[in-house]
Amino acid sequence: MINRILIANRGEIACRIIRACNEMSIETVAVYSDVDSDSPHVLMADQAVEIGPANPSESYLNFDKIVDAALKTNADAIHPGYGFLSENGAFAKYVKESGLVFIGPDATTIKSMGDKAESKQMMADAGVPTIPGSDGELTGNITSLARDIGYPLMVKAAAGGGGKGMRVVRNEDELDSSIEAAKNEARNSFGNDTLILEKFLDNPRHIEVQILGDQNGNIVHLYERECSIQRRHQKIIEESPSPALTNKFRNKMGEAAVKAAKAANYYNAGTVEFLYQDGEFYFLEMNTRLQVEHGVTEMVCGIDIVKWQIRIAKGESLTFSQKDIKQRGHSIECRIYAEDPSRGFLPTPGVIRKMILPEGPGVRNDVGVSEAQEITSSYDPLLAKLVVWDADRNSAIQRMDLALSNFIILGLITNQPFLRDIMKNDSFQKASFSTNFIDEHFKDWDFPDIDPKVLALALLGSKTSQIHVSNTTESYSPWSNNRGWRQGI
Amino acid sequence: MSIIQSKHNSNSEEATKNRAFNQKILEQLRQKIELHSKGGRTEMVERHKERGKLLARERIDELIDSDTPFLELSTLAAHGLYNDEVPSAGIVTGIGVVHGREVVIIANDATVKGGTYYPLTVKKHLRAQEIAQENYLPCIYLVDSGGAFLPMQDEVFPDREHFGRIFYNQSQMSAKGIAQIAVVMGSCTAGGAYVPAMSDETIIVKKQGTIFLGGPPLVKAATGEEVDSEDLGGADVHTRRSGVADHYALNDSHAIEIARDIVSNLNRSPKFKLNIKEPEDPIYNPEELYEIIPEDSKLPYDVKEIIARLVDGSKFHEFKANYGKTIVCGFANIMGYPIGIVANNGVLFSESSLKATHFIEMCCQRKVPLVFLQNIVGFMVGKDYESGGIAKDGAKMVMAVSNAKVPKFTVVIGGSFGAGNYGMCGRAYQPRQMWMWPNARISVMGGEQAADVLATIKQDQFKSKGKTMTKLEIKKLRDPILEKYESEGNPYYSTARLWDDGIIDPMDTRMILALGISTSLNAPLEDTDFGVFRM
Repeated sequence: MINRILIANRGEIACRIIRACNEMSIETVAVYSDVDSDSPHVLMADQAVEIGPANPSESYLNFDKIVDAALKTNADAIHPGYGFLSENGAFAKYVKESGLVFIGPDATTIKSMGDKAESKQMMADAGVPTIPGSDGELTGNITSLARDIGYPLMVKAAAGGGGKGMRVVRNEDELDSSIEAAKNEARNSFGNDTLILEKFLDNPRHIEVQILGDQNGNIVHLYERECSIQRRHQKIIEESPSPALTNKFRNKMGEAAVKAAKAANYYNAGTVEFLYQDGEFYFLEMNTRLQVEHGVTEMVCGIDIVKWQIRIAKGESLTFSQKDIKQRGHSIECRIYAEDPSRGFLPTPGVIRKMILPEGPGVRNDVGVSEAQEITSSYDPLLAKLVVWDADRNSAIQRMDLALSNFIILGLITNQPFLRDIMKNDSFQKASFSTNFIDEHFKDWDFPDIDPKVLALALLGSKTSQIHVSNTTESYSPWSNNRGWRQGI
Repeated sequence: MSIIQSKHNSNSEEATKNRAFNQKILEQLRQKIELHSKGGRTEMVERHKERGKLLARERIDELIDSDTPFLELSTLAAHGLYNDEVPSAGIVTGIGVVHGREVVIIANDATVKGGTYYPLTVKKHLRAQEIAQENYLPCIYLVDSGGAFLPMQDEVFPDREHFGRIFYNQSQMSAKGIAQIAVVMGSCTAGGAYVPAMSDETIIVKKQGTIFLGGPPLVKAATGEEVDSEDLGGADVHTRRSGVADHYALNDSHAIEIARDIVSNLNRSPKFKLNIKEPEDPIYNPEELYEIIPEDSKLPYDVKEIIARLVDGSKFHEFKANYGKTIVCGFANIMGYPIGIVANNGVLFSESSLKATHFIEMCCQRKVPLVFLQNIVGFMVGKDYESGGIAKDGAKMVMAVSNAKVPKFTVVIGGSFGAGNYGMCGRAYQPRQMWMWPNARISVMGGEQAADVLATIKQDQFKSKGKTMTKLEIKKLRDPILEKYESEGNPYYSTARLWDDGIIDPMDTRMILALGISTSLNAPLEDTDFGVFRM
């Protein structure tokens, strides 16, 4: 039985998981670093344990502190969320050995899928299409190997993810320096500098398939997500279904994903990522965890992935089969980041002075921050995920545009205006894009000029609020009526 | 406290009739207020603006904390007088908050006859000062005036309550620690020069403000010296050389900013603390007041229907409900402030007077502000009543009202006739504020009674000469009297002459009383000593 879950994460995903637990009447334990003591996830959880300083390696990435917190609070299970320790096989193993349930796949699955070279081989053996490239660790004559695959090609960290340790090599001259740079980055990011080489698709779409499998051998897919809108190899807008696929192709991709999951002995929620170009798709990698963008799948399939993660971890079997799962309508997610799209998406830390979330039918906010909270550079600057659902893609785009316009965060710079411009972009609306979309259309993007009238009004507002002095000597005073009362009006 | 059980029926014929009537007279009121609030003639307003000056009411809006209430006094002063050429008597006065502190603001309207002082301008200025003095409110004078209106100098200059009283009041208040602040935004000539000169702190606006005892024409006539007004008494002269003014402002807005700074540095003392509750709206819709107030003030209705729509939660702790029922007394709250209400529910008898006297004594003991809802034809007359001592019982009530030191507020919600006006804290009994509803009537007696009285006297004279009066003769005698009372008993006649502080929309009564009570707490609440009650 799982009666109490420790969430080894922070931010919006920790809040998302706590919500699922609340709905299932499962108690929650949050962990937090000292800078996060007032964060929403800490306040939402039934209890919270401080696990160290801001530096993740001393807190959110620290096995012992997290497992100790779980044991001390009598938690039964640990949900890792995404990022941090979610794809760390050694951690999953350690959790299990400590007598706790790890909410995710088996440690060995995580480990083999985490190794890019190994996972690719496994998929190739299972008959899932893969990108041509080096099989396994990079050894021998790299230059001739590269020539065999053909330029442009990609150098990747074998242990990598999230765009780190990745380099595109356009020609042979760049090869050595790119390998060196990728090695350094890989070592710093993952503590492992093993690299692989593969064919670089110059105009691909990034499409991934959500997988759900129980511990009794049932595996289904929840269809695909289109994740091509990326900046610096990181997704910012995702949608489901993908406007690029026909139903036939969609099913084919889904079946391939299930095949891949079966090959990996997979259970719990996972994602098989593919690159898609010119009617062909290639296995990219498998993410053995909950994805940031799981929300769009939940919206179109009507299945709560987080709750199923917990039910699967409890040993329950899926209550539906593949034929029961239908995509309905269209869902889009925008990631609201504290970053400056006009300056290379540099993080923009600051204090949230005011936050007003959009509301309305088909609008979902997955938020992990609150007013007066300081957004530091210690963590990923993701503030919130805005998800909309509507009957079709065009309506969903309109709904997202309106929701974005009603999404107010003051006090720091966010990418909200940038996201709105994408919603208004012709190529985006026509669904004609690849992972190069932002480079192609928004290279020199800048914040729109604000109408001087609006600025004047804002100034007036701030002046007003400065001048307004309420009568503080009485607990209730009619003089504090701030509607400018006059007789007969 | 129990909630008043209303018997009012919004669907009754009477309610419909009353609503139509009250909306009609309210519309008249709104139109008159709008007209007076515009200030002087359009061309004068335009010329004023062209000089870069703000209008009097604009200056006030900038001076007070933004979006806070402003309780304007006697907007309709001089209505129907001086050929209707002096709207609001050429001066805007009222109470507002500056840095959270209530102040009295007195602003000349230079678009009206150059801001000169007519007799009623003086009266309105003095009334605002009186309010400041009674409630310990700092005074801010936004001066822009040519001084006394010379053609009426005999009604403006010499008497006790004339122009000189302004400076006397300034001295008295300054001595009491009630700050006097002048902002010179236009001319301050002759006597007017004393407003800034008598103030504790004075601001003057560059190129607009001038202060001198004699202007350039007078100087030339007297000494032959030619000088322009800026060199004679401008901002530069007075802030650098003469020391008549203290602060140099670049324009109206700058001057107002300095005035606000001055108020923020006054070191206010705490207000008197009442036991304030959390404010509640009345449970009955105050808009139903329009359905209850009858056109004819003689028509009886239960005043508790009015109280139910004025007080918090419509809750009323009634005192002596079964005794002297023609007066209603009880405790309630208005926007959180505790009050004692004395309201007429018919003619005053001995019992009603005794009950009211008892109640007023209690409010003074407990330091609870008093609200009088006046709708009174007078004290009962007749042989039985006179022999029952109604005069001494009425006197007890007048004694109590006169000496009560708690803040008193009077609202004339219907008729205000005869000695009833005295017992119910009319103007002479110094309520901190006195307001009238648009349906109100005020005179020594009702027009009908006055006509009857005079007709009876005349008929008696005829009789003694052995003659009788024809019906036509009686009508000829009565009609002008009825007309006179109708015109002079009209609330606009009253408010034009400052017999009150303004005519208000009944719906505003709650807010106005609350603002008044809050304001009154700036002054210490003294203990009351009553005089000798005739027993």
